Amino acid sequence: MRALDRKMLRDLWGMRGQALAIVFVILSGVATYVSMTSVMDSLQQTLSNYYEEYRFADGFATVRRAPELLLERIREIPGIGTVETRVVSRVNLKIEGFGEPVSGTLVSVPEGDQPVLNRIFIREGRLVQPGRENEVVLNEPFAEAHGLKPGDSITAIMNGRYRELSIVGIGLSPEFLMQVDPASIFPDPMRYGVMWMGRSSLEAAYDMDGAFNDITFTLAPGAGIDDVIDRIDQILRPYGGQGAFGREDQQSHFFITEEFRQLERTATILPLIFLGVAAFLLNIVISRLISLQREQIAVLKAFGYRTFDVGVHYGKLVLIIVITGAAAGTLLGFWLGVQLGDLYLRYYRFPYLEFVLEPPVMITAAALTIGAALIGVAQAVRRAVKLPPAEAMRPAPPAVYRVTLVERLGIQRFFSQPSRMIMRDLERRPLKALLTILGISSACAILIMGLFFSDSFDYVIRVQFGLAQREDVTITFTDPTSTAAIYELKSLPGVIHAEPFRTVPTELRHGHLSFQTGIEGIPQDPYLRRLIDIDLKPVSIPPEGLLITERLARILDVGPGDEVIVEVQEGRRYTKSVPVAGIIRQFVGVAAYMDMDAANRLAGLGQAISGAFLMIDRTFEQEITDSLTERPRVAGIAFQDRMIGAFRDTIAQTMLTYTLILSLFAGVITFGVVYNSARIMLSERDRELASLRVLGFTKGEVRYILLGQLAVMILLSIPLGLVLGAIASAGFARSLQTDMYQLPFILGKGTLVQASLIVLGASAASAMLVSMRLNRLDLIGVLKTRE
Amino acid sequence: MEREVVFRTRGLTKVYSMGEVQVHALRGIDLELYAGELVVLLGASGSGKSTLVNILGGLDTATAGEVFYRDMNLTQAGDRELTDYRRRHVGFVFQFYNLIPSLTALENVAIVTEIAQNPITPEQALDLVDLSDRKDSFPAQLSGGQQQRVAIARAIAKQPGVLLCDEPTGALDSKTGVIVLEALERVNRELGTTTVIITHNAVQAEMADRIIYLSDGRVIDVRVNEHKKSARMLTW
Ligand SMILES: Nc1ncnc2c1ncn2[C@@H]1O[C@H](COP(=O)(O)OP(=O)(O)O)[C@@H](O)[C@H]1O
Ligand SMILES: [Mg+2]
Repeated sequence: MRALDRKMLRDLWGMRGQALAIVFVILSGVATYVSMTSVMDSLQQTLSNYYEEYRFADGFATVRRAPELLLERIREIPGIGTVETRVVSRVNLKIEGFGEPVSGTLVSVPEGDQPVLNRIFIREGRLVQPGRENEVVLNEPFAEAHGLKPGDSITAIMNGRYRELSIVGIGLSPEFLMQVDPASIFPDPMRYGVMWMGRSSLEAAYDMDGAFNDITFTLAPGAGIDDVIDRIDQILRPYGGQGAFGREDQQSHFFITEEFRQLERTATILPLIFLGVAAFLLNIVISRLISLQREQIAVLKAFGYRTFDVGVHYGKLVLIIVITGAAAGTLLGFWLGVQLGDLYLRYYRFPYLEFVLEPPVMITAAALTIGAALIGVAQAVRRAVKLPPAEAMRPAPPAVYRVTLVERLGIQRFFSQPSRMIMRDLERRPLKALLTILGISSACAILIMGLFFSDSFDYVIRVQFGLAQREDVTITFTDPTSTAAIYELKSLPGVIHAEPFRTVPTELRHGHLSFQTGIEGIPQDPYLRRLIDIDLKPVSIPPEGLLITERLARILDVGPGDEVIVEVQEGRRYTKSVPVAGIIRQFVGVAAYMDMDAANRLAGLGQAISGAFLMIDRTFEQEITDSLTERPRVAGIAFQDRMIGAFRDTIAQTMLTYTLILSLFAGVITFGVVYNSARIMLSERDRELASLRVLGFTKGEVRYILLGQLAVMILLSIPLGLVLGAIASAGFARSLQTDMYQLPFILGKGTLVQASLIVLGASAASAMLVSMRLNRLDLIGVLKTRE
Repeated sequence: MEREVVFRTRGLTKVYSMGEVQVHALRGIDLELYAGELVVLLGASGSGKSTLVNILGGLDTATAGEVFYRDMNLTQAGDRELTDYRRRHVGFVFQFYNLIPSLTALENVAIVTEIAQNPITPEQALDLVDLSDRKDSFPAQLSGGQQQRVAIARAIAKQPGVLLCDEPTGALDSKTGVIVLEALERVNRELGTTTVIITHNAVQAEMADRIIYLSDGRVIDVRVNEHKKSARMLTW
């Protein structure tokens, strides 16, 4: 082996502690990036494969009751591919041993066969068989939530009659990836589930012989959806068609794409920032490490080594460290990715997850870290050789110190000699100090970025459920119901307050832009369901016209005063032009609000309500549940606290894991940086410190000079890091806005304290390791070599 | 007999500017150094000795004037050419040895022989300075004198055209210093390497073929040493 390579290996061994710390910094950056990015890739890949393999439909339509004969006409629509008719119905369920109301959706499938579209992945058991009544296949999350297995049975109230449904299988479908009750916002598999049932059983139960109330279809290759939807609407309108819609408006798909879009930002941008910070720190640390070898570089140059040779020499050293870190990071990232994938799999319910680690992901991670390190090498070597070798080897002239600002201000008498040394050193090399401070504060900043999510989510929950949605229970009716129902609800024992609401299913149009949403009719001066804007101010509902969320205004490109075309998709269907009366900024959702009376005038069904919000006496919970479950008009009963609980369980669990990984790695990066900075400071000043020891300074005094300086830098880094982190997080939160959420940027004191504590902890650990070094300072060795 | 000229300088000037202050380290040096001779550069601290030798060795460049190494004009050479020049022709010995701490004595020599065109082996080089028995020691395990002898072995292993030594004994006691000078003397004698030794110690000048006196950036005297002494005979 060449002597130069041997030097490289020995140098590497000599700085193994620091090298290891650098390896961990890279490993953290790479593992975060690789795991999160590849999980995202995997989810997207899996989704598209799943859709294709299980033939997820391109379009959907619901109708009150249409004869099967219509199928032929629909099939003739130009541009349509495969069409399948179904019977779909909402039901209330009773599940043994579970006291709360459960609702579900029954979807028909051909007996003894897979449906043509939206096929079912059978996890356990089998599909429903011909000739046997009341067999159902349960959607997996629903079955799991109740521990139901093939062979068990549940009770459904179908068309007002109790029916025993026997479970024959557990399955999954691309149509119900997100199993969300239309009346709720979050999946809650304890209280809402999807089931598949034989077509003839459903036809019999709902008097749908030779008829259907739901179709799904695909498009012929190259066909546009809009024309097809128009034609279907024409055909179905006489039968109570409620407007066909494309995949984008299908609930599960809409949710999942929104979530994926958001996930993609969190799962790619943030880890990329992480990786970027790791690369930046790597660059600083490497370039400073090499600067320490200035004299040796000069010697090599003096004996005729070319700058390039020297660069290659240090390049090799650094590459060993970086490649180790990047390789280990990729492996760890892969492993973590698989674990995260499992977690997401539990949440998203794909039959399987195709875990992919795309070469571009690995290449990006490797290129970024290796690139940053090599640039660091190049910078340091170039800086080192800029000085003529003669000068580099000259015993360093006494550094040019100046009296510091503090001393010029005349307050030096408050500081001891060692304190003055700290201040002078900081003032003498402000750039170096600044870089160190910048490094530590960017580590602190990514900590904040990893942690701030939970603050923002907590805030949303508090505002949404504490201030805006104060009801305990939400009751939804199957059809618009007379306002008298509200008095009926109020009269139930235990109901303290009941507030009606009216939801009118519509499509809103403006120019060529359109959006499918229900208009929420809200009474004046609501008590339970208030409209609260982003600044927590209650907003009153205008007596006429629409109040729409900012997000919806942007989707439709309208402002206050503009007219929106509303197509009412209920009862007598027609369109009407309605002015936008105002815009409201909210955290969650795309919504259109209207005064309840105005909404009723718009729908044209007289004074009707779609449901009610209740405030109840908790001790009557069971009684209220029991008496409501059996009413045929009640489609859903949702308890607020359980909804929040479900939200926390699902989203929060994923978030929490995610946050944990980020903060763990950010902590490691922080430690790596602080430790390296401290070690480099020690190397830069070991002679000076040893000389002080020789002059009779105690170990404690010398430690104070070194660690005191470190402490000053850390104390400057933390506030800077918190500010940097806050700025970055705010920008990040803004980039996360989707149709579903508007994530507010909230930074709790707890998070700031937590981030500061992690930096302080990492600093304390580094300080301990460095002071152990300091105690072993070789006084004689230092004096022997020079000066 | 016409002696072969190794170095020739004309009006060599070096000015260091440090902000507003200008330091004239060399103020027009005219010199010839001849093949195979051992020259001692004598002068007070700050007289410009190191500056001169560094320019001769291609470690630094002149502000004005010319330096030739044989036919090569060093004043016009760029960094690439100077590096090449050092690699092929120059051996350095520094006051503070400047060994690579992470390499053994032998490896410190090897690091130079590996890039040289016509080197002797590192073992032979260490043999020349009587250090064969310490070849596996690291610099930190060697005394100052031993380290300096390793530095000499490193400098001569490539069989350089010139050996430039900047106060090689400056950090050593006189007894150790003599051993180091003996090593230099032996290299000069046995390999015939043109050798320049810087010192501010007049006693050491007695081992030279010629003595060049520097003061305040000027050559004030050049003397041929009629009574050349062996290094072993020197004491200070
Ligand atoms: N890099 C430098 N910057 C500024 N002044 C320098 C530098 N190197 C040397 N000098 C000045 O040049 C003069 C000659 O220095 P030097 O050649 O080192 O002297 P000597 O080796 O004879 O002691 C001195 O006054 C010294 O202070
Ligand atoms: Mg000198």
